[in-house]
Amino acid sequence: MVNPTFRITGLDAFYGNKHVLKNINIDILPNAVTALIGPSGCGKSTFIRSLNRINDLILTFRREGKVCYHNQDIYAKDVDVVELRRRVGMVFQKPNPFPKSIYDNIAYCLKVHGIKDKDKIDATVESSLKKAALWDEVKNSLRQNALTLSGGQQQRLCIARTLAVEPEVILFDEPCSSLDPISTAKIEELIHQLKQSYTLIIVTHNMQQAARVSDFAGFFLLGELIEFDKTDKIFTAPKDKRTEDYITGRFG
Amino acid sequence: MNKTKQNKIIDKCFGFLGIAATLFGLIMLLVFIIDVLSDGLGRINWSFFTSFPSRKPEQAGILSAWVGSVWTMFITAMIALPLGIGAGIHLEEYARKSRLTNFIEINIANLAGVPSVIYGLLGLGLFVRYLQLDRSVLAGGFTLALLILPVIILSTREALRAVPFSMREASYAVGATKWQTVRYQVLPAAFGNILTGIILAMSRAVGETAPLITIGALTYIAFLPQSPIYFSSGFPYLHFSLKGLFDPFTVLPIQIFNWVSRPQKGFFTNAAAGIIVLLGLTLIMNTLAIILRHHHQKKIRW
Ligand SMILES: Nc1ncnc2c1ncn2[C@@H]1O[C@H](COP(=O)(O)OP(=O)(O)OP(=O)(O)O)[C@@H](O)[C@H]1O
Ligand SMILES: [Mg+2]
Repeated sequence: MVNPTFRITGLDAFYGNKHVLKNINIDILPNAVTALIGPSGCGKSTFIRSLNRINDLILTFRREGKVCYHNQDIYAKDVDVVELRRRVGMVFQKPNPFPKSIYDNIAYCLKVHGIKDKDKIDATVESSLKKAALWDEVKNSLRQNALTLSGGQQQRLCIARTLAVEPEVILFDEPCSSLDPISTAKIEELIHQLKQSYTLIIVTHNMQQAARVSDFAGFFLLGELIEFDKTDKIFTAPKDKRTEDYITGRFG
Repeated sequence: MNKTKQNKIIDKCFGFLGIAATLFGLIMLLVFIIDVLSDGLGRINWSFFTSFPSRKPEQAGILSAWVGSVWTMFITAMIALPLGIGAGIHLEEYARKSRLTNFIEINIANLAGVPSVIYGLLGLGLFVRYLQLDRSVLAGGFTLALLILPVIILSTREALRAVPFSMREASYAVGATKWQTVRYQVLPAAFGNILTGIILAMSRAVGETAPLITIGALTYIAFLPQSPIYFSSGFPYLHFSLKGLFDPFTVLPIQIFNWVSRPQKGFFTNAAAGIIVLLGLTLIMNTLAIILRHHHQKKIRW
């Protein structure tokens, strides 16, 4: 049995008094894609946002239970949150490029980690844009403001930005929700490749996508993790009636 | 049917009232400006800017007044900008929400509404008497700095708050520290709005009279504070001096106030000319603020 990248035990999450995650227990394995599915508002974003502690920014957010990353409780006092976020990257549900040039969007991510070598930055900008399947569209306009890109291009830039930091884990929160089928296919292909060296978690509303890209899948409903198993099990022989209803589309 | 007709009439009435209310302010301003222009425009010439005040209205000028205004504005900016922007950044980005920060926030908002004479009294007690700065340009600059500090803090916070949360998230998510996020993402994005707030605050300070009269700024001054940089014929030729900070001073609005209270017609004309200069100055500053805001909005869309 390999050591899990993340071991989450008894995780509860609240916004103020609103209880949005209830007793979540889950192991996330390395070099695999874990897909999280479930209806809107069931807490998928809240869950992955507590894995890199980005939810700490929300003042009303509160959590109980343990999230261990390589056996280290990330909510322990002595944890360096900045270092955690460097190692656990995230692509958000809504594209959020910086209002800077395409080049600077990626260069910033390197500069905050002390990389100043111009050649290295140039090379990383190119390689991460290539990996995110955006290079061909923007290679002649790297100085253009990223906010002038289309929504789908912006999202791929955000993916490139995340890759530039070379994290170990990447959390994808519905990365393809604003993408056309061609770029979606490119992103899925990318996820497939990244799996060799990264641990990936992807939230998606697209059942086919979950089935195509993931090795494990978890079904959330109203803040509970109803079922978690190998993807083919979830999609061919779910144990829980509610999972079956949801994936076959008989659910609200 | 009758009902709709009635509503239409009410609608028209309100439209008319609205226009009337808007026009009232504009017309009053226009009348005032035309009046001042016709009184004072003829008096504005080069020597008006290069002459000291005088007993003879034709020879009097605003030299000591505008130089004093520049001095006080400079000191005010040096004090109020770093403190105000720093406090704004701290309160908005760093301070945890607590009862104490709540209390501070409410009081800053209240301070922004305190009448300026009160700041004059504070300046008189603190800077002039206690710190024994006397009626110096330094005491004046400090007092005006206190006056606009709350305004700058508030406008800085507003500018920071207008920066979308998702941008901070994006920065933290790639492993940036709080300071890097503030320094490289939030501040540049808020820069235009912060600058607008600063200019508006400064243009308020430049027109303030009451607090400076309260601390005892003189109304008749026929010399300038010593220049911070001056030349001499012997070694080392170039000199720096901060002695000017402790010299007495006057400012434009006080000079105007002084002339208005004189009985002679000539001083009345001088006052009108001074008002034109002051108006022109604030107008330029406000226009600059509007242009900056506009430019900034065009540059950054989210
Ligand atoms: N900042 C917040 N403050 C208060 N409540 C929140 C906040 N963010 C999310 N919630 C609530 O928490 C619950 C879970 O939200 P979450 O965003 O995790 O759902 P989700 O599964 O990602 O939904 P979707 O598929 O629509 O993205 C929802 O009921 C939502 O209203
Ligand atoms: Mg979500």
